Amino acid sequence: MQWRANRSKGVTVSDAQVDAAAPRPREQWTGQVGFILAAIGSAVGLGNIWRFPGVAYENGGGAFIIPYLIALITAGIPILFLDYAIGHRFRGSAPMAFRRLGGKWLENLGWFQVTICFVIGLYYTAVIAWALSYFVFSFDLRWGDDPATFLTADFLQVSDPGISFEFVPGVLIPLAIVWIATIAVLAAGVAKGLQRANVIFLPLLVVAFLVLVVRALFLDGAAEGLNALFTPNWEALGDPDVWIAAYSQIFFSLSIAFGIMITYASYRNRKANLTTPGLVVAFANSSFEILAGIGVFATLGFFAFQQGVAIDELEGLTGVGLSFITFPAIVSQMPGGPIFGALFFGSLTMAGFTSLISVMQVVSAGFQEKFGLSVRQAAIRVGGVAAILSILLFSTTTGLLALDVTDQWANNIGIVASAILTSVLVLWVLRRGPELRTHLNAVSTFKVGRIWLVLTSVLAPIVLGYMLISRIVTLTVEGYGGLPGWYIVALGWGSIIAMLIGTFVLNALRWRQDPDKFTPWPSYPPGGAAATTGRNASDGGAS
Amino acid sequence: MTATAIIFLVLAIVLVWGGLIASVLFLRNRPELEQYPAGGDDDHREDDAPIIHDT
Repeated sequence: MQWRANRSKGVTVSDAQVDAAAPRPREQWTGQVGFILAAIGSAVGLGNIWRFPGVAYENGGGAFIIPYLIALITAGIPILFLDYAIGHRFRGSAPMAFRRLGGKWLENLGWFQVTICFVIGLYYTAVIAWALSYFVFSFDLRWGDDPATFLTADFLQVSDPGISFEFVPGVLIPLAIVWIATIAVLAAGVAKGLQRANVIFLPLLVVAFLVLVVRALFLDGAAEGLNALFTPNWEALGDPDVWIAAYSQIFFSLSIAFGIMITYASYRNRKANLTTPGLVVAFANSSFEILAGIGVFATLGFFAFQQGVAIDELEGLTGVGLSFITFPAIVSQMPGGPIFGALFFGSLTMAGFTSLISVMQVVSAGFQEKFGLSVRQAAIRVGGVAAILSILLFSTTTGLLALDVTDQWANNIGIVASAILTSVLVLWVLRRGPELRTHLNAVSTFKVGRIWLVLTSVLAPIVLGYMLISRIVTLTVEGYGGLPGWYIVALGWGSIIAMLIGTFVLNALRWRQDPDKFTPWPSYPPGGAAATTGRNASDGGAS
Repeated sequence: MTATAIIFLVLAIVLVWGGLIASVLFLRNRPELEQYPAGGDDDHREDDAPIIHDT
């Protein structure tokens, strides 16, 4: 990378010089394995550990595997392939890829995905900072006998809903550490930063979590926990909500439809197999979810056994409650608890971090391409602004509530809308499905048939559209978590409005290098003239 | 554990982890295509990018 070469010489190159030079060679993964590890690291995140087990348990237990696998095959994998095709064919992060695909107006969709990632990065870091703190707390079981009170009163010092600038040092310091690590990884680039972080942390995560699962299986009551998770409730399959839960789990778990996989695929070389590694990534992600289900429910079985209650009487089986209240309580009661706690919170931290860097890479790459920034400039500027906002919003006494509301809206409204828009605009309005299918098949060893087009252009928008509309209705009619209406409007809908404003502003700004000087390869239709993009440069205000 | 729960535990593992193993084997057997359409040259690799000297 140029910046490294420059730095080693102790000189700086002015922006003008950078501009005058030919476009930087695109960064690349070092190979197929590097890409697969990074993509798995992105997909395996907090949701695999704290969301899947509880969702499976509440939606049919063993029977959930049926809608879950159907959702994986009919929606998860097809949308993953769609992301790969867009990023790989148009060789750019989301804004540049969509710009090359459909022109300036479609670039908006790319920026919408960038702003979603930016907002998610702000609070995702905070959760990783908590996990990092709890990793340290594990060694002396600092949460004591009442982890719920410890979390809200002692650790986070949660106050009433509002905007406070009363900082909590116990959160601020680990949050700053996570941001510094994130910026360092982004600044080191795709191969030496993102890929290397995943090569280190992903195997470490799998080993740590395997040790945890094996330990959990030998706890008293583990069998009861697994009975609760795997005994099928067939009636659940007749409930549409269970099917929606399966599609939601798959959709949110795979890191699809908000720019990550577009960006990651753009760093593969042109002659790179896309779909077959995609299958490996998708099944690896689900494999980790099954492993997490076994580990979490064996542990919950132990907890129920200790309390002398049934599993269905336990509370806090998903999310923050499971990780930061239920698990600490269990760790306190367990022989060798500190080691178990360190394994759990260490796993949570690593799983979260490898996802976080992928989320922030979307933002960093978008800025690099549009504003001609070097890898390091983008990492420091984007990461620096994000770190400040993140610390202002989420290391204060109101951080937990802000996080909960922002997460609800960014995911259930932002990402779902982004997926629907991608399908409708790219496949229906621009009718580029056949081109993208041809692209996948021209470079990949696992061929996709017409069914892929049907799944991504018909089934996906229907299921996701239902999810979006029903969520909007619920949030509008019932509100969220009993929080005051003004707070929901400010942080929930407010974050969506902020994303949209960011989208339009970033889209309107000038490209430093013409993104439209580009010919997709292979040409479409096959054998025909280099087709489709390379749209007219006047359409974009490119210099 | 009950027999039903064991069956579904095994089923989940076989289907999902089996899917992972099958896709890894598929990838190992067919890591890349033997023939690609003409063209499609890559940029320089990032590690052999030209170095800018200050003099």
